[in-house]
Amino acid sequence: MAMTDTDTATPQMEISDEVAIEIRNMNKWYGAFHVLRDIDLTVQRGERIVICGPSGSGKSTLIRCINALEEHQQGSIVVDGTPLSSDLKNIDKIRSEVGMCFQHFNLFPHLTILENCTLAPIWVRKIPKREAEKTAMYFLEKVKIPDQANKYPGQLSGGQQQRVAIARSLCMRPRIMLFDEPTSALDPEMIKEVLDTMIQLAEEGMTMICVTHEMGFARQVANRVIFMDAGQIVEQNEPEAFFRNPQNERTKLFLSQILGH
Amino acid sequence: MSDTHAESVAFVRESVIPPAPPPARETGAVRWLRENLFATWFNAILTLVALYVLWVLLSGLVPWVVNGTWQGSSLAECREILQGNGGGCFSVLRERWPQLLFGFQYPDYLRWRPVLAFFLLFVAVPPALFIMFLPRWTLIVTAIYPFLAYWLIWGGTILTPLFAALGFLAGYLAFSIVERRGFVLGLAAGLLAAVAVWWFGGLLAGEFPRFARLEAVVSRAMGGFMLNLILGIVCVSLSLPFGILLALGRQSRLPVVKGFCVVFIEFVRGVPLITLLFVANVVLAFFLPPDANFDLILRVIIMITLFASAYIAEVIRGGLAALPKGQYEAADSLGLDYAQAMRLIILPQALKISIPGIVNVAVGLFKDTTLVSVISMFDLVGMIRGPILASTAWAGIYWELWAAACIMFFTVCYGISQYSQWLERQLHTDHR
Ligand SMILES: Nc1ncnc2c1ncn2[C@@H]1O[C@H](COP(=O)(O)OP(=O)(O)O)[C@@H](O)[C@H]1O
Ligand SMILES: [Mg+2]
Repeated sequence: MAMTDTDTATPQMEISDEVAIEIRNMNKWYGAFHVLRDIDLTVQRGERIVICGPSGSGKSTLIRCINALEEHQQGSIVVDGTPLSSDLKNIDKIRSEVGMCFQHFNLFPHLTILENCTLAPIWVRKIPKREAEKTAMYFLEKVKIPDQANKYPGQLSGGQQQRVAIARSLCMRPRIMLFDEPTSALDPEMIKEVLDTMIQLAEEGMTMICVTHEMGFARQVANRVIFMDAGQIVEQNEPEAFFRNPQNERTKLFLSQILGH
Repeated sequence: MSDTHAESVAFVRESVIPPAPPPARETGAVRWLRENLFATWFNAILTLVALYVLWVLLSGLVPWVVNGTWQGSSLAECREILQGNGGGCFSVLRERWPQLLFGFQYPDYLRWRPVLAFFLLFVAVPPALFIMFLPRWTLIVTAIYPFLAYWLIWGGTILTPLFAALGFLAGYLAFSIVERRGFVLGLAAGLLAAVAVWWFGGLLAGEFPRFARLEAVVSRAMGGFMLNLILGIVCVSLSLPFGILLALGRQSRLPVVKGFCVVFIEFVRGVPLITLLFVANVVLAFFLPPDANFDLILRVIIMITLFASAYIAEVIRGGLAALPKGQYEAADSLGLDYAQAMRLIILPQALKISIPGIVNVAVGLFKDTTLVSVISMFDLVGMIRGPILASTAWAGIYWELWAAACIMFFTVCYGISQYSQWLERQLHTDHR
């Protein structure tokens, strides 16, 4: 992967003191199952965080709590100064500022690519259709698929669909992007095109939280790598230190498993 | 092939195999017959049996149709003309055709009005059915049609349907203005505005009953296939929105809403339609004050609509359940509220999946409108069973009448079925 040119622009400088996301003592249960335990996490504006960990460790649940797709039972989550409570107004506000990409893209199959991208701006942001389409084309160009604008999602490859999903989120002009294993449903040759899009986004200073096992991506882009296991944050560090010198036994085991072959 | 070396495991292709055309299919009628009809001795026997059955059927049907007569004005005259040649006595259709269509009480000099309403249907319905090919404003025609059709068929002052329509319009406007302050508030405002306009319209229509007036026809006079069509079209159109609401309500997180919907659906599905019709006929009239002019057709429409919407709700629930959870999550994560997510994302997909089921209910409902004949309404079946077969002229003639009824119903139902299959192809965008 093209590490050299981005490595020089080590992202540290762009991070502001401003807090984007603050999670304090957050706990969540599914019934009696304690899925997230005492999560504490502060994300600065402009920071890029990669979360990894074994399957079932609660990574998806954690980032889905941030935009209230799941509700938490204890502790507090503050996104961009807005506390996440059961108040629907706050939830709507947070959701319109936080973009999310899913493992299975979740594009709307009955709408064209362009309609997928303009729907939320038109209905949520109340932007005129013309303008929304212009914005959509801008972002579709950015993810390099403007020529597919009038096709339906089912006619695109997986990598293209995921890039459309990213463009769709960007059309809402979010200040924070969440990614939940965006490349793990993709064929190997399509992973790169999606990662390139995400790298580009990172270079522009987007605040990002990515659940991913793409360690090359983590090394290149992340300010911080977080390892989760059994619903807890087990270890976090800067990527170089995290990969070179993991401290916790479980981290070591996990890294040896995914990097081992 | 010469460039493969079968004895070694390693293999490198040295020549490219050029594409070849597929083997030519052998053709010819004899070959087709042998392959499709006489492939095995068992197939051959089945074919011969089928041919025999076909022969028996046709040898009865063809002379009946070909030798049939359209002359004569009673069964006796008909028999005289036919002189036992096995032909059908289709004269009953010619003579009683207006009754089959309109019933026996609709004034004959006013029949142009329902006929006009029927033909206007072909102007009003396409915008709703083929909206993807037409500009959106054409839907206005569809929206005006029910009120116009009511005025044409029932007559009376135009103020009644006019203010009925205006009430809906006022309700919609009030809703869309107030909705920004909250959905429930919007609903209340809409309802209030609509009721106010209807009340005012009622006063006005009572005050000026002769304003732009068509001669009024009472509901009891409606009959024949016209009644089936009225009931079918009105009930299908009404039960679709109610069915959607019930299906969404059944998924609701609010226990009261959910409970109501579940109880309603389970109750209505567990009761035969015919008992509901008897309820409409007898019990409602018993509870309402005797002078309340609560129209029988209206009562029947309410009952059939309730019945069909419970079935449609279950069909749509299946469609909702078939959608992946990711669609809800994507809509949520983009900040769409519940109403937007349902209207723009969930329902379009769920309804598409549900089309075959909905059409199934619609076709069934249309045929079930014949059940009103048991509560002494004279729809097509009621007309045949009652006034026509009971008349001295035509007593004892069955085949011709029932065949005509079958053909009329079949035409409509087959049309609905063909439309739905076309619609499914049109909406096939997901390329799965
Ligand atoms: N809706 C749910 N109900 C009950 N248990 C769930 C639900 N969703 C996830 N879980 C459980 O919570 C745990 C964490 O899930 P998840 O956050 O998806 O893990 P990860 O994304 O790290 O693989 C898993 O054990 C999973 O089985
Ligand atoms: Mg996951």
